[in-house]
Amino acid sequence: MSALHHSLNSLRETFRPDQVWPFLAPANAKVNVDKNVILYVEDLNLSFDGFKALNHLNLYINDGELRCLIGANGAGKTTLMDVITGKTQCDSGSVFFGQNQNLLNKDEAEIAQLGIGRKFQKPTVFEEQTVFDNLELSLKTDKGVLPTLFSRLTPTQIDRIDNVLHIIGLAKHRFMLAGALSHGQKQWLEIGMLLVSDPRLLLIDEPVAGMTPQETERTAELLTSLAGERTVIVVEHDMEFVRSIAKTVTVLHQGSVLAEGTMDQIQSNKDVIEVYLGEQEATDGVITEGVTL
Amino acid sequence: MSSITQYFSAGRTSGKHTLPFVIILLAVTALACLSNLYLASDSALHVSTYSITLLGKYLCYAMLALAVDIIWGYCGILSLGHGAFFALGGYAMGMYLMRQIGDRGAYGNPDLPDFMVFLGWQQLPWFWHGMDQFWFAMIMVVLVPGLLAFIFGWLAFRSRVTGVYLSIMTQALTYALLLAFFRNEMGFGGNNGLTDFKDIVGFSLQADTTRVSLFAITALMLALVFVISRKILSSRFGKVVLAIRDSESRARFIGYRTDRYKVWLFVFSAVIAGIAGALYVPQVGIINPGEFSPINSIEMVIWVAVGGRGTLIGAVIGALLVNYAKTRFTAILPEAWLFALGGLFVLVTLYLPKGIVGLYTQLMEKRRPQPTKESNA
Repeated sequence: MSALHHSLNSLRETFRPDQVWPFLAPANAKVNVDKNVILYVEDLNLSFDGFKALNHLNLYINDGELRCLIGANGAGKTTLMDVITGKTQCDSGSVFFGQNQNLLNKDEAEIAQLGIGRKFQKPTVFEEQTVFDNLELSLKTDKGVLPTLFSRLTPTQIDRIDNVLHIIGLAKHRFMLAGALSHGQKQWLEIGMLLVSDPRLLLIDEPVAGMTPQETERTAELLTSLAGERTVIVVEHDMEFVRSIAKTVTVLHQGSVLAEGTMDQIQSNKDVIEVYLGEQEATDGVITEGVTL
Repeated sequence: MSSITQYFSAGRTSGKHTLPFVIILLAVTALACLSNLYLASDSALHVSTYSITLLGKYLCYAMLALAVDIIWGYCGILSLGHGAFFALGGYAMGMYLMRQIGDRGAYGNPDLPDFMVFLGWQQLPWFWHGMDQFWFAMIMVVLVPGLLAFIFGWLAFRSRVTGVYLSIMTQALTYALLLAFFRNEMGFGGNNGLTDFKDIVGFSLQADTTRVSLFAITALMLALVFVISRKILSSRFGKVVLAIRDSESRARFIGYRTDRYKVWLFVFSAVIAGIAGALYVPQVGIINPGEFSPINSIEMVIWVAVGGRGTLIGAVIGALLVNYAKTRFTAILPEAWLFALGGLFVLVTLYLPKGIVGLYTQLMEKRRPQPTKESNA
């Protein structure tokens, strides 16, 4: 009986209506966003040694949206990004980019080539290379070994890099080693590396950490201007900053979505208040300050 | 258009040493060759054939150091097993030279090398077939180290083995080959290796002209390999390699399959080491399993560290200097050489982390006025 059950289940898995067999799927299929949703995260589970980092997490991101993810430390924000970008394998669940690209069976490089760019919490640029080279490496090109060996910068690509250099305000430092930049400039360079790669979806982890108020303001402007053409997901602790850019905010708590809505809705949401006000005595974190604003 | 490319290459100064290096190398080689062949042996400027062969040996080591620098200095992969690729290239050349002896060996067997007759073998093992053809042997010089590097690299880099674990594995690789080649049953001459070579493509290995030609060919190959490596490393491929060295996971998130880049760079490096080994064997006249010994592979790393890693030119300078010192030192105080080498490595690591080339650049920068922000921009 259980054998029958098992084979029935595997049959179901084989004939899933929402998937095409790999050998039938067209190679290099474009991302399909007919339903206007670019990222489907469904029933995602991941536990580290019994600690549930992600717990039946469901999240849908619309095409062209600017979404902010907030939540206390350990709420699963960075883990979620790790799963989306292929750095971490999840235990169960599904992550689709558009309707047709299953991200869970792809590696980091493949996911990046699909057009998902990521900026890390700690700025990571190639310190021993110039600002210009950092951007050149990030260009949207064929990233195979041979094409890279014989590649030449085309005038269009040079223009593209120049353009980004102006946007991120590093045009004067193009030949400086990236390691010699200030912390804020490195953050900008990393954002520039994302821009020049022309991604569909940007995952940005704490973009304004360590930035001056002026720099923060410029970052907010930049991110807002990106949305529409691209989809942006921002993880941020700075509530002032979130308020200034976000239309929709998702609150994560213990690995699942606690609430979703505009900033005002979030701040008046009973669950959010309960969770964060309840925690206020224990941890007087940045996020609690934000909620009580 | 050219002014645009010039403008955009202004920030990349890595290639500026290439032309002077090649000119100096080839000029010195030409002078040494000419003085050996055309000056009387009692002339003060005469370079003896012994020195020519010694120089040729140094240049082989320089090429080997270049191979180590490509993988260690540029990609951060510390290979402690490059001696294996060097020795494999050497063995391929040695097998060809063995077959060239023909019936002039001690046993006079036209088909079997002496050691096989000695072991009582009746016929040539399958892997010795074709090695009497020069072209086939040359293909093997490139193919065998390349293939081994590909398989090893593919397995190691796919599984994301890095750092000290990888170094230990490369060390184990060369040690395993050392043990294997020591066995008589392997068919590579066992403990004694391959020696007693007579001639190469019809020229006697004892003749001065052959030795000078081998030296000149080694210099030319070194120049060629240097230029090709410089070209590859200054292309975007080279930038990806540097990116992998400095932050591999970032490079992955940009969309580069870093394991593939590492595998191919490793293969390229192994092929250079193999070529160096093939040029080394006819000049020193012997190849034995000792070339596989782990200590050799560690010595190569010291040459690169002394010269300055990640510069190519530093590897060449380091190999030449350390080996010259070794020749001198082992003549005066043979027992102390290993201590001197170890001490050198400690000193370089402590006081010259960027090697001799790094020291030179530092001194030049101190003498020059500090560049202003404007000239940088």
